[in-house]
Amino acid sequence: MRTIRSLVQGLLCLIVVSLAAPAALAAPDDDGRALLEALDVDSYAAKGEAVTAIADSGHPQSRAWLEALLDGKLQRQDDGGRFVVVLANRGRHWPVRDALTDEDLGEMSRRDLDRIGINNALRGQLQNTLALLDLHAPAVSARREAARDLLGEVSPSMVEPLNGLVENEADDEVRRLLTQAIAIQRLEQGDVGAVEALSGSLNTSVRSALSAAARSDDAALAKAATEALAGIEQKQKLNDGIQTLYFGLSLGSVLVLAAIGLAITFGVMGVINMAHGELIMLGAYTTWGMQQLLPGQPGLALVLSIPAGFLVAALAGIVIERSVIQFLKGRPLETLLATFGVSLILQQLVRTLISPLNRTVVSPEWMSGSLMINEGLSLTLNRLFVLGFALLVFAGLMLVMRRTRLGLEVRAVTQNRAMARSMGIRATRVDILTFALGSGVAGLAGVALSQLTNVGPNLGQNYIIDSFMVVVFGGVGNLWGTLVAGLSLGVINQVLEPWAGAVLAKILVLVFIILFIQKRPRGLFPQKGRAAEG
Amino acid sequence: MSSHSPAVPKRLFAASLLSLAVSAPALAQEDPIKVGILHSLTGTMAISESTLKDTMLMLIEQQNEQGGLLGRELEPVVVDPASDWPLFAEKARQLLAQDEVDVIFGNWTSVSRKSVLPVVEELDGLLFYPVQYEGEESSENVFYTGAAPNQQAIPAVNYLMNEVGVERWVLAGTDYVYPRTTNKILEAYLKDHGVADDDIMVNYTPFGHSDWQNIVSEIKDFGSQGKKTAVVSTINGDANVPFYRELGNQGIDAADIPVVAFSVGEQELSGIDTAPLVGHLAAWNYFMSVDTDANYDFIDDWIDYTGDEMAVTNDPMEAHYIGFNMWAEAVRKAGTTDVDAVKDAIIGVSVPNLTGGYATMMPNHHITKPVLIGEIQDNGQFSVVWETPSTVAGDAWSDYLPGSRDLISDWRAPMRCGNYNVVEGRCGGGAEVASAE
Repeated sequence: MRTIRSLVQGLLCLIVVSLAAPAALAAPDDDGRALLEALDVDSYAAKGEAVTAIADSGHPQSRAWLEALLDGKLQRQDDGGRFVVVLANRGRHWPVRDALTDEDLGEMSRRDLDRIGINNALRGQLQNTLALLDLHAPAVSARREAARDLLGEVSPSMVEPLNGLVENEADDEVRRLLTQAIAIQRLEQGDVGAVEALSGSLNTSVRSALSAAARSDDAALAKAATEALAGIEQKQKLNDGIQTLYFGLSLGSVLVLAAIGLAITFGVMGVINMAHGELIMLGAYTTWGMQQLLPGQPGLALVLSIPAGFLVAALAGIVIERSVIQFLKGRPLETLLATFGVSLILQQLVRTLISPLNRTVVSPEWMSGSLMINEGLSLTLNRLFVLGFALLVFAGLMLVMRRTRLGLEVRAVTQNRAMARSMGIRATRVDILTFALGSGVAGLAGVALSQLTNVGPNLGQNYIIDSFMVVVFGGVGNLWGTLVAGLSLGVINQVLEPWAGAVLAKILVLVFIILFIQKRPRGLFPQKGRAAEG
Repeated sequence: MSSHSPAVPKRLFAASLLSLAVSAPALAQEDPIKVGILHSLTGTMAISESTLKDTMLMLIEQQNEQGGLLGRELEPVVVDPASDWPLFAEKARQLLAQDEVDVIFGNWTSVSRKSVLPVVEELDGLLFYPVQYEGEESSENVFYTGAAPNQQAIPAVNYLMNEVGVERWVLAGTDYVYPRTTNKILEAYLKDHGVADDDIMVNYTPFGHSDWQNIVSEIKDFGSQGKKTAVVSTINGDANVPFYRELGNQGIDAADIPVVAFSVGEQELSGIDTAPLVGHLAAWNYFMSVDTDANYDFIDDWIDYTGDEMAVTNDPMEAHYIGFNMWAEAVRKAGTTDVDAVKDAIIGVSVPNLTGGYATMMPNHHITKPVLIGEIQDNGQFSVVWETPSTVAGDAWSDYLPGSRDLISDWRAPMRCGNYNVVEGRCGGGAEVASAE
């Protein structure tokens, strides 16, 4: 049926071409149109054939079409059947241009457009086709990327051209990857010789292919593959250990960030601030707001959010301190209840003023993806940045507390308020500034968390318990304690998780902390000397 | 959405003025028909439920513009159970006993439905529940317009097994009743189809879980054993965002390990940058991208109503659309809003759905729905890659769980039983059922 249809279309094209012979320009368009027509069918298999035809056609726009198809942006007008490329597909009206002539067609209603749909299988084929084209790209990085994409995706028909490419390839890495890609294909065909080329590789496609071969009926192949796998598992063990440690540190850095502001307000000042989580939320919303102000520049917006988030949360902190906390000095229970009320008010305020729905915070390009250490170990970039950021914030805070006048005054006021006041320190001003500092740091945590989790009204709630846990575990009033407690809780949690499961791991950590506090009520690093409970 | 709420009362006021003006002689004397709306507007679930409240207000407004129902005007009664499960029961009691509403549309989570159930049964109310759920329940007073497991989970697994060729399965879910029951059903179903124990990995995480590093890395490992692997996700709401982000960052491509989700719709995706997620799947009975005129009209109405050009529609909204129209049709058929008359009249009622077909209310208080599998696109929408050839009738009791497979539900006249045991031939269910909940 389909072949007949495309034959008819082909014939039609021929007729049109012969009719329009004098207009030489029209001819390639009709070829292109026939290529695209073949895509507009229901069966994904037929679409796959059409994709191959387009890739082989050498049509100048073939690459643009395949990319548009991959993005779901190659569409067809309901009436008229004109093929268009959609430039932006949000909202109800989309700007489009003609796929064949590149002519700008203005905006069309999405009602009038039919998408040429693809599924995962076809998406894979498209990516391979594009990767094959990319293997000819001048940039080495593009070729490496393309070669990596081809691992485990090589079909028998691709072996021949790939072999040719390997011979002419200048870059060692690309050559190695391509050889592996071809070897995986040979392994799938049952070639024992291919195992050697693959042994020692930590790539998941390679492991996957070897695992499949280890189960094969061919005893020699199965044995060779099992041995190669054993070698790989050995190497992978070390990687797994490093990875778990990294996961733990990364979770720990989130805990430290969330808790470090609390370590100031609760630890140093002794204020139980249940609205601490909502200050974190304000920081996250600041990031979102900043991205709304600077559309298209998520990186710049994120960098600017760091001071902005600090200021917004610090201001909110000052308002809370002046309006609620200062009147409840020395009454922890009332402070707890009042600030809990404040936290509910802030949450509902965000729900009412902004939206009960989560907001999208875009990650800048340089924070997405992962940093590849070796083929079995990559560190996710966003978490790496957050880890670094947490350490920076900690170092900054230590500097403020140890090396500045404010830090000195804060320590003086908390150790002996009356004495400090008699020495001429304005205790009220110090209270405000300390609370603002702690709140501002919570805002910084919010900016970082916007890159990891949901930005929504409930953001703060998820971190408040963990924050108190970290501060208490680390020893109230001790910043170093917070750092060590946060990081070690993170690592303990991640070590437990693989065999206990996420739910049980959380419970075990809590039980551990309860037992620990029974033994050492003042936490890991208790305050000593005069600073301890005056 | 709430930023537009000032417009809503004005619109409602205008609408009611209009309908009063149009049909003043007929309408004015009679009491309005009261429609209770029981969705959380504050707290954790506000993210999902507040949209459904607005959907109901829109549907009621439209109905009033067409002259109401039985010549009477519809009056929405909105209460806020604040994502607090026991409060749901209290508010339902308030709606039925104090406000004397004729019907309630509401609830999202299963636990809130379970909390409301005894109240609705005791006071003989009507409840339309619009969300996909775990099944294993049938109440005379509740109409389930969302999907039962056989209308979402089972077809999705079939698609992966037959069309994608998946052999290894990760069942990942949030630790509560819906994922646990659904996964129990899926596990039984997969084993029935010859999947070995070793090829199934089950994983539960707490609500709002945000650190997915370890689990994603485990999934990656599980998937590198030479067999095509897929993740069936019943992860709830918010926790999906960091999960998908971690998937993207650890480089898990939909082409390698596709994730099919039962709780991720257009609204959840509106909080994520979907570029790294393209190709991951979701199974629903409706997608905003469905290409029918009814759907485009619904979307246009919704965008006009909210005043937000970027507003999205989703599956539970369609369920309310169907449920509301079914109820209206049944009231017309019965000629009264009396609960018992409507309950009898609604069985067999067919109304158009938004995907170009019809939904029919079955005797077990579930409806017929098409099942669609969609792949995530970079604009936060889904593109349909597969659908069932015809609609599927919802099954209250799963055929794959021991104890529940012998039960049927039929609320028509002679039987009037929600858990009739066909083996023992009596109404009252099996012993295993309670443990399935």
